Amino acid sequence: MIPFDFEYYKPTTIEEAVNLYNKLKSAGKKPIYYGGGTEFISMARMHNVYTEAVIDIKGILECNIHELKNNELTIGSAVTLTNIAESNFFPLLSLTVKRIADHTVQDKITLGGNLAGTIIYREAVLPLMVADSEIVLASINGERRVPIMDAFNKRIQLADGEMIVQVIIKDNFITLPNIHVKRTKNEKIDYPLITIAALKDNNKIKIAFSGMCDYPLRSYIMEDILNDNTVSSMDKKISNAINNIPGKVLNDISGSSEYRKFMLHTMIHEALTNFEEVN
Amino acid sequence: MLEVLGTTVLTLNVNGEDRKVVAKPSDTLLYTLREELGLTGAKPGCENGDCGACTVLIDDWPIKSCLMLTVEAIGKKILTVEGLKNAPIQKAFVENWGFQCGYCTSGFLMVCHALAQIHPDADDHVIEEWLQSNLCRCTGYEEIENAVKAILKKEV
Repeated sequence: MIPFDFEYYKPTTIEEAVNLYNKLKSAGKKPIYYGGGTEFISMARMHNVYTEAVIDIKGILECNIHELKNNELTIGSAVTLTNIAESNFFPLLSLTVKRIADHTVQDKITLGGNLAGTIIYREAVLPLMVADSEIVLASINGERRVPIMDAFNKRIQLADGEMIVQVIIKDNFITLPNIHVKRTKNEKIDYPLITIAALKDNNKIKIAFSGMCDYPLRSYIMEDILNDNTVSSMDKKISNAINNIPGKVLNDISGSSEYRKFMLHTMIHEALTNFEEVN
Repeated sequence: MLEVLGTTVLTLNVNGEDRKVVAKPSDTLLYTLREELGLTGAKPGCENGDCGACTVLIDDWPIKSCLMLTVEAIGKKILTVEGLKNAPIQKAFVENWGFQCGYCTSGFLMVCHALAQIHPDADDHVIEEWLQSNLCRCTGYEEIENAVKAILKKEV
């Protein structure tokens, strides 16, 4: 049971939604955009989030688009993880979202909700990072389409009142050889100890991680080290890459930082070996 | 634009019938089904999306009703365990001893019923994937799996 009341709005256009946000904000109602609502309801129940108005974006056409057209895959922010997995337009994304929460909850979590969530793992962003995706954001100042690597710095960087409309992936990325590996501490359904998502593009590895730091990351420096053909030892390359993780490695009850580094080494080794075998 | 600003009379389609309920935007569907409509088949367990005891079908897909606002269900087709009305999965649970204490049963029934409708050719991997959404504290998983396999093989 949610211990506070709020107003519920379900606009049908982007313009309606962003104008409404500003109107409600001016009225002091601390509005939030609402997608699947799984995180919001869980946190509201525990009084960890508060609002006086939610703006449900599931009625907006652009947020529900899910199509492969004109060499681009467009996925609206209100598309559910189940829909992404069942459609399977982008296999690496399908594999990744099928390991977020459980099957039933995947039918409620939306892509936009996972990207904008406050839980640190946000695994759906990993395939989007390695596929050099773009993200469409909207506010009262209009829409902007930006590379996800620019929009996502530790978490999605949204201006006040800005909402996620869509994610766009070039179709040449969706059929590349790919690998997704998720390791958890105990149960299969759990937050990750580490998740990796990788693509092999023109003989170069593109790789992103969740669970190493308190945010998902793709590091060009780590990729350059892994793709350095002047170093013949795979283990040496991986160790060098891990020494260049651009942040503090998590050290918690799920795994010490040393254990996470050990596990990441093993997982990258598996991924690189797998890609070599594909060759 | 749909607006629900406070406690309101809403119409929900539940088990094939339009039902009027009094609800406010912060009410979860689980709360409304149980407290407004007296449909207590959906069980409150963790109320955090983990256990699956509150699972109902929304437009034929399983949803944990503790993680859905009542207002989100407007215009959608809601099916609770009370609406199954002797579906094959219910008979299969009886024949395969698919329950012990019974608290998780309605949630499992809804997931298994949806699985059989959506993926009638589901293989072991898909069955496992779907069933992992629900917890049985009595650990009667094998019997539940046998029950769903029985309806997929049309043995019931």
